[in-house]
Amino acid sequence: MARAVSSRRKIGFTILGWIVGFLIFFPILWTIIASFKTEAEAIAVPPSFINFDWTLENYITVNTRSDYPLHVMNSVVISVGSTILALCIAIPAAWAFAFSPTKRTKDVLMWMLSTKMLPAVGVLVPIYLLFRDWGLLDTRTGLVFVLCMINLPIIIWMLYTYFREIPVDILEAARMDGASLPKEVAYVLLPMAVPGIASTMLLNIILAWNEAFWTLNLTASNAAPLTAFIASYSSPEGLFWAKLSAASTLAIAPILIMGWFSQKQLVRGLTFGAVK
Amino acid sequence: MGQINLTQVRKVFGATEVIPGIDLDINEGEFVVFVGPSGCGKSTLLRLIAGLEDVSDGKIEIDGNDATRLPPSKRGLAMVFQSYALYPHMTVRKNIGFPLKMAGMEPAEIERKVQHAATTLNLTDYLERRPGELSGGQRQRVAIGRSIVREPAAFLFDEPLSNLDAALRGNMRLEISELHKSLKTTMIYVTHDQVEAMTMADKIVVLQAGVIEQVGSPMELYRFPCNKFVAGFIGSPKMNFIEGPAAEPYNAHTVGVRPEHISLSKESGTWRGRVGVTEHLGSDTFLHIHSDANREPLNIRAQGEFDVAYGDEIFLTPDESRIHRFDANGLAIR
Ligand SMILES: Nc1ncnc2c1ncn2[C@@H]1O[C@H](COP(=O)(O)OP(=O)(O)O)[C@@H](O)[C@H]1O
Ligand SMILES: [Mg+2]
Repeated sequence: MARAVSSRRKIGFTILGWIVGFLIFFPILWTIIASFKTEAEAIAVPPSFINFDWTLENYITVNTRSDYPLHVMNSVVISVGSTILALCIAIPAAWAFAFSPTKRTKDVLMWMLSTKMLPAVGVLVPIYLLFRDWGLLDTRTGLVFVLCMINLPIIIWMLYTYFREIPVDILEAARMDGASLPKEVAYVLLPMAVPGIASTMLLNIILAWNEAFWTLNLTASNAAPLTAFIASYSSPEGLFWAKLSAASTLAIAPILIMGWFSQKQLVRGLTFGAVK
Repeated sequence: MGQINLTQVRKVFGATEVIPGIDLDINEGEFVVFVGPSGCGKSTLLRLIAGLEDVSDGKIEIDGNDATRLPPSKRGLAMVFQSYALYPHMTVRKNIGFPLKMAGMEPAEIERKVQHAATTLNLTDYLERRPGELSGGQRQRVAIGRSIVREPAAFLFDEPLSNLDAALRGNMRLEISELHKSLKTTMIYVTHDQVEAMTMADKIVVLQAGVIEQVGSPMELYRFPCNKFVAGFIGSPKMNFIEGPAAEPYNAHTVGVRPEHISLSKESGTWRGRVGVTEHLGSDTFLHIHSDANREPLNIRAQGEFDVAYGDEIFLTPDESRIHRFDANGLAIR
């Protein structure tokens, strides 16, 4: 009897899960469908779901009007580059917080997190001026740098929580075995932290990929990533729903595919190490 | 190789003074055991020697060189941790070879030494396994293997047997003693178990609250404990302490008699008592006796089988030559 009840509950939860999943996915699905409509059909009321003339014309227009491969390249360089640069800074920092804490460690960690509470627009002007003076506007280097700074607190926090799960005994054993600090990190800490580092990396690539405030404000064309590419189709004076949808679909496709293949690591990353 | 000298070594954690100041000389090739109740600072002292903690004050010399500020990797000491602390992502072969790899040794030479250590420790069949696939005893062996390949100046053990079951513990105790006999390298061994201390040590250092109570060979500590703490800590079952009128004839505040130094008789003796619980082990019989000599029941160890029933009247006679006398401060009167 107990069995029957629990399997009924299971079915209930499964259905509920699918409904929630569909609701969350619906806007994306709608965008993808709209990208195959003509501009007129895209704004038609009531909207049609499947029975319209499917067309690839939006994709053709988008590809002739803008340089999609360039934007993809920019997005890849900026998201991957900023994440790797941030990891290079965050790994030693998280090591220090996790394995050599002082009285102020907690305060420093909270302070770093507090920078995420500052509205980005609050520092737009100074950063814009710095970028202008240093010639970093519309460069990939500049964006890699800014996005690295933006995501650094989160990366350090994530790594810190992962590192704390590693027994300090094992690092001490490495020290006793004659390992210098860099070797201790390279041969013992990093291999043990690979799952944590992988999920941190994935999550932050996605965050950087989707980051729109700084990428829109600090680029024009050369270094513009896919976020700027999408934005260029949301023009106030025209109705370009279908083209905007096509651009959006193209922009999210790479990250969606990557996310699909790395679901397990992402779940681990999003739960901050709470799930083994 | 393996001479270690501590001079006024002190350690504070924040505001708590864990080790107020220790002087200790550990000679080359000695098997030294730090023993004391849990929390008395044994591990801290060992970690200070290892370099895993910085001393707050004082000096540590290894083979005559000042090592006080050297990092652990430069001290040439090997350590076996209570948790074994094996590298979970490496095979047994890689684990044992790790210190040699860190020393920059040739792969062929590493392989030869790992093979040799594995043979000594009966690990040859497990070289390709990961630590997660080994039993507790095997992990312990890998941890020991990892420490011996490098031929360190001294071995440090922090309660290495406390995670093993009783039978395995006895075996490993023998193996470690044997290892010491064959390697003749200095070993410092931390334990809270006085049996391990008695059976393995050349020299026992009894600690309490970060202070050395007494240093000596197992038999010295057994025969001539310098105070009540050492007397009570060394020896099992614990020494009986008798205060009050029964101690007066001996000119002492307290007298101590070990359970094995009291003889029993059904007819006559120094003290009279009643038999409480008896524990028959076959080889020995442990008796708890409520006597008029002391408020606490006395523990008696009788050899072989001893036939008495609960509540029987019995007489006790301490072996006069084995009586320990203590003054009001708990110090031994000699
Ligand atoms: N890192 C530390 N910070 C603060 N106190 C510590 C630290 N390590 C040990 N202690 C304290 O020092 C005392 C001795 O600890 P320890 O050397 O581990 O004892 P033992 O190994 O003899 O059981 C304990 O009271 C413990 O709480
Ligand atoms: Mg300890």
